[in-house]
Amino acid sequence: MMSRILKYRELLLGAIILALIAAFSLRAPGFATPRNLAGIFNDTSILIILALGQMAVILTKSIDLSVAANLAFTGMAVAMLNAAYPGIPLPLLIGAAMAIGAVLGAVNGFMVWIIGIPPIVATLGTLTIYRGLAFVLSGGAWVNQTQMTSAFLDTPRIPLLGLPLNGWTALLVIAVIAVVFMRTGFGRALYASGGNPTAALYAGIDVGRTRFFAFVLSGTLAGLCGYLWVARYAVAYVDIAAGFELDTVAACVIGGISTLGGIGSVAGAVLGALFLGVIKNALPVIDISPFWQMAISGLVIIIAVLFNARQERRKGRLILRDAARSPAPAAAEGAAA
Amino acid sequence: MSVVEAVAEPAHPLLEMRGISKSFPGVKALDGVDVALYAGTVTALIGENGAGKSTLVKVLTGIYQPDAGDILVDGAPVRFADAQAAMRAGITAIHQETVLFDELTVAENIFLGHAPKSRLGLVDWAAMRARAGALLHAIDAPISPYARLKDLSIAQRHLVAIARALSVEARVVIMDEPTAALSHKEVEDLFRIIERLKGQGKAILFISHKFEEIYEIAERFVVFRDGRSVGAGRLAETGQDEIVRMMVGRSVEHVFPKAEVAIGGPVLEVAGYSHPTEFADISFTLRRGEILGLYGLVGAGRSEFCQALFGITRPSAGRLTLEGKALAIRSPQDAIAAGIVYVPEERGRHGAVLPMPIFQNVSMAVLGRTTRAGFLRLAEEFTLARRYAERLDLRAAALSVPVGTLSGGNQQKVVIAKWLATLPKVIILDEPTKGIDIGSKAAVHAFMSELAAEGLSVIMVSSELPEILGMSDRVMVMREGRLAGIWERDGLDAETLVRAATGNA
Repeated sequence: MMSRILKYRELLLGAIILALIAAFSLRAPGFATPRNLAGIFNDTSILIILALGQMAVILTKSIDLSVAANLAFTGMAVAMLNAAYPGIPLPLLIGAAMAIGAVLGAVNGFMVWIIGIPPIVATLGTLTIYRGLAFVLSGGAWVNQTQMTSAFLDTPRIPLLGLPLNGWTALLVIAVIAVVFMRTGFGRALYASGGNPTAALYAGIDVGRTRFFAFVLSGTLAGLCGYLWVARYAVAYVDIAAGFELDTVAACVIGGISTLGGIGSVAGAVLGALFLGVIKNALPVIDISPFWQMAISGLVIIIAVLFNARQERRKGRLILRDAARSPAPAAAEGAAA
Repeated sequence: MSVVEAVAEPAHPLLEMRGISKSFPGVKALDGVDVALYAGTVTALIGENGAGKSTLVKVLTGIYQPDAGDILVDGAPVRFADAQAAMRAGITAIHQETVLFDELTVAENIFLGHAPKSRLGLVDWAAMRARAGALLHAIDAPISPYARLKDLSIAQRHLVAIARALSVEARVVIMDEPTAALSHKEVEDLFRIIERLKGQGKAILFISHKFEEIYEIAERFVVFRDGRSVGAGRLAETGQDEIVRMMVGRSVEHVFPKAEVAIGGPVLEVAGYSHPTEFADISFTLRRGEILGLYGLVGAGRSEFCQALFGITRPSAGRLTLEGKALAIRSPQDAIAAGIVYVPEERGRHGAVLPMPIFQNVSMAVLGRTTRAGFLRLAEEFTLARRYAERLDLRAAALSVPVGTLSGGNQQKVVIAKWLATLPKVIILDEPTKGIDIGSKAAVHAFMSELAAEGLSVIMVSSELPEILGMSDRVMVMREGRLAGIWERDGLDAETLVRAATGNA
């Protein structure tokens, strides 16, 4: 019943996105061309990747507010590395970005797991700290297009079957995350430790460690996005992606990832991010001010939360009906067992 | 102690409910029930889970509006539009899980919502503390009005809840399973307070599952079954069997069906198990097919000891031997791998992950077994879940539906399936029948016998003496974190256990 509603919910979100695209293309012919849609997907890639990391954290009843700051720091770090040592091969730099991101994520996870600081407070702290570190690292200076190598800047733009590598990276991350969440013990532990932490504990799942690795995953993906972001905008400075952490949370909420933990699907998070991406790309095309864009995303978040709340209420009524149908369900247990 | 005095009863009830009905979509929770409460009298409300007791309390306290029927106070019909109206009429309830605030002081908790005001309309703190002190004194509760609630024990919190109930000039006091979380001694204290309230002419509605308590404290009774009142009268003239028959509509002969099981050799040996703060020097041997009852007062360290056995906390000293092999348990994973599982209290809260599909809940504790090369094999998880679903007669549309969509009884089966899937050797059940009705209790007891017959060893933590005496092959008693003794079942009586648990040698 509930899985059908969830499925229905993702279909609904998908349908809304398609309807938006159709509506926009009426006002702006050419909006719905494959080329433009691929462009929108490519443009939303970073948000999708970050939202999937955020989803892992939210599933465990936590939140990672430091993803954008992590992105800014790692982006700055790899940009400076590239500028200083142009000889370092790109795969090594990307690996370094992910490793730095993972370390910053591990710091969050350590504070939450070992020290026991509430996730919202811990990551609010590191949000400031990581941006501060980016400033310390760069001395407030920018790394410009001219200082970075062309391999560093252009590789994500190489098109493959009409989609740049940047977009393919997002597709790869979606595939890997989907397998990890649905087919590994770690994925199962994410859902269990958010859905009912006490039950997870008694079933031998280490809730704290699961949470720690959720933060590490979120940090790793933020590190990857640090590179993608700097390459995309061809500049690194302290304030890149400021406030972007809220977009990742918004994508999750719109996609039906419960902020109470334990509920949500990879498809939902991806669709939530795409929804924001479509709106962001469409509104300027049909001459609507970017301020409306923010108001619309805000409105959609509230509607999504209302939608969640209504589902919860319906669930409550369902239990009551069940109880009425079988007044002493447990009595059958002994007889049957 | 259980002396029911022949109190002269007033001829007219203080409060009367006539033909009260209340329906919810798809459920008739109350169907024309009649209840009368008399001044200076305790009336016990008895019924299985789902009989309509909680709904009645909510109607009486103005939270629900009845669809039909009348409520009369002193013979005059009244209507409670909301909880405030019922409170003004002098009807107050102490709920099962008291709704109090940890960070506020005792006085603030007592007067929250109706604090005495000064002429300027501000809270009159001095008056509030003085009146709180007087209320606590009136029920003999040695608690400071200045104390913060979070520093109080569960029993003390109950006293605060009672003081709160009395702070509104109560005439009718409803107590919804007030003894559920109390130890024997604390129950006695509570009963002294109830006697005092009776003396002050208050009408008391006492809801409990425990017959010994009902017969000890109440004069009258009302029995609910399936939303109807099926019997009422004076307890002195009514036997326990008769009430049980009214409750279930049939006679329950074997409440504790402990089957005779051949007891084998030692399975688990515990030697000198100690914890820095909670318990010390616990030693015993558990044998195959045995049910070992673990009795003690609330706070005697029973749950803490069991949690250490399961690896949730770590012991500071002691040795474990399972089937002859020394064992170090550092985490629940270790315990589950070794074959020890712990089924905690409040299976609803601690048991199932409700948004997760059934098959994932069943396989949750044995993910290692269904993983190949790092990936979960869903087919194996389904096979596992199907096996236990059939064995336990679990009824669900599909094994992929979330557990939250199942009825309570079926949810419980999912939890049991999860533990059985670990193929345990020792199963620890913490208060397995707390707060559930007689029919479900019998089912749980039958299930325990069956586990023992299959060669499992069971440690049953329980605070209910009849259950301990009926189900255990041996009984172990803990007092203040230490082992107070172990007895064989034959010839064991309740008095011995209570003396051991309280230290009244």
